[in-house]
Amino acid sequence: MIRDYQAVLDRVTRVGKIRAALLVSTADGIPVAEVAMEGLEGRVVAALAASLARRVERAARSAGRQLPVFIHLQGAEGEILTARCGADLLMVAVTEPGVNAGLLRLEFHRAIELVG
Amino acid sequence: MRAIEPWVAGPLETFLSESSARLTLLMTSTGQVVAQHGFTRAVDVMSAAALGAAIVASTEEIARVMQVPAFRALTHQGRMGLFLSAFNAPRGRWIGLVVYGRDTSLGLVEVFFDRMVEDLRGAAPPQAAPKPVLADDFESELHANLRTLFGR
Repeated sequence: MIRDYQAVLDRVTRVGKIRAALLVSTADGIPVAEVAMEGLEGRVVAALAASLARRVERAARSAGRQLPVFIHLQGAEGEILTARCGADLLMVAVTEPGVNAGLLRLEFHRAIELVG
Repeated sequence: MRAIEPWVAGPLETFLSESSARLTLLMTSTGQVVAQHGFTRAVDVMSAAALGAAIVASTEEIARVMQVPAFRALTHQGRMGLFLSAFNAPRGRWIGLVVYGRDTSLGLVEVFFDRMVEDLRGAAPPQAAPKPVLADDFESELHANLRTLFGR
């Protein structure tokens, strides 16, 4: 396990079309580490992504399903991917449309293993 | 939600719906209540306003003594969260006190609180000419404001 969160995020951003990558405290919706393009407010992304993940997890729980491993939200102007990193952290990527989601998910897997 | 100044209502309602805050109190830096949501008893509002203003005054004084910039916000986290922040409003320095539950997060409260502050700055009408400190209608206005805040 490593605690160099910035290095972990740097790996994620090597996938093309990434506008921001963040590790977010799930309980608080506050960024723990972030790499973001100019003009993208990390704390806003963190708060909204954590809220999205919490609501999807609540919906899954209500439906009697397992908690989602990945959440992939596609919009007209961009996409958001989130994945749980243990109990306390959420990995978030904000991307341009048409990102290679498969490659990004692989990088997420590697990053989650590193962060623990 | 009850507000003494009508132009405060819109920004505050947006904040409440976006942040899912349980209790919210907007007050001046002297503890005078401007708007409230979620409180049912006048005594609770007045106590919270007085204590919130006192906490902000204390932390600003600590910052002054320590020769550091004033703290932007103060948060307490437990079963419920408490967020307290002073900001420059069109009518002077105001304080926001927010209590939130587990259905939201500190990040969301912070983000939408900052948006509310921006909305308040945009919503404020031009200030009317100042009245005398104790105007003729002081008593009736006081009662009207209390009725507005507590619906009595």
